[in-house]
Amino acid sequence: MKQPVSPGQKKGLTAIDGAMALIVILLLVQIWLVMATLETYLAGHYEVVLPAAIISGIIFLACFGFYLFIERMDAEFRKP
Amino acid sequence: MSLFRKPSREPLWRDEFSVFSSDEKYVSRRQFSKFLVLTSLGLFVGNLWILLRSWVSGKPLYPVTAVAHAEEVPVGGVKLFPYPTAQDQCILVRTGADTFVAFSQKCTHLSCAVFYASASDRFECPCHNGAFSVRDGAPLQGPPRRPLPRIMLTRKGDVLYASGIQREG
Repeated sequence: MKQPVSPGQKKGLTAIDGAMALIVILLLVQIWLVMATLETYLAGHYEVVLPAAIISGIIFLACFGFYLFIERMDAEFRKP
Repeated sequence: MSLFRKPSREPLWRDEFSVFSSDEKYVSRRQFSKFLVLTSLGLFVGNLWILLRSWVSGKPLYPVTAVAHAEEVPVGGVKLFPYPTAQDQCILVRTGADTFVAFSQKCTHLSCAVFYASASDRFECPCHNGAFSVRDGAPLQGPPRRPLPRIMLTRKGDVLYASGIQREG
């Protein structure tokens, strides 16, 4: 049986869904970045590889930050 | 917070599998976001792998190879030669009494062999009607977007040497 959702929990769920949507968008950008980097690397252009790796790392850290946010929100709104 | 299983009194199977069959396919938001973050980590590792490969392999060293005698190519004439390996065909054009240019013969679109069209003074690709400038190898028409790799030439006396490949774009 589904338990009733309080307004606070609803707000928390919205925040979590928003964070997840942002993670998905960042992931799509990162997939494109890896593809583009591989293509340019195979074409013999090495100058883009380092900036691409740095940006990919930043995107990963952002995703991880959003994940921590989701964990924190989840723990907070699960409190009775 | 942990990316791995939290210490629990429950046995692993009870943590991993639901007792109720209806809940088996249920993926919580936390699980899903954990999966997304691990995918992001995988992509980052992929980028690092490309970076390491580029550092390890570095820039290739090209041999210095004699490719032609100046007198054997008349003005407006062409000579084909392999460089840097026997599989890489290149094209040398004498554009003036003392000027020579050489480019890779592979079209940058789909690797068809380009030829020198003396009437229009440019390289043309017969596959998709691509054309490249004979001055700098820049694409002039058709599907190619990248210039032809230029072969660096050095002249010592009567002999022309290929000493490297310049890729641009």
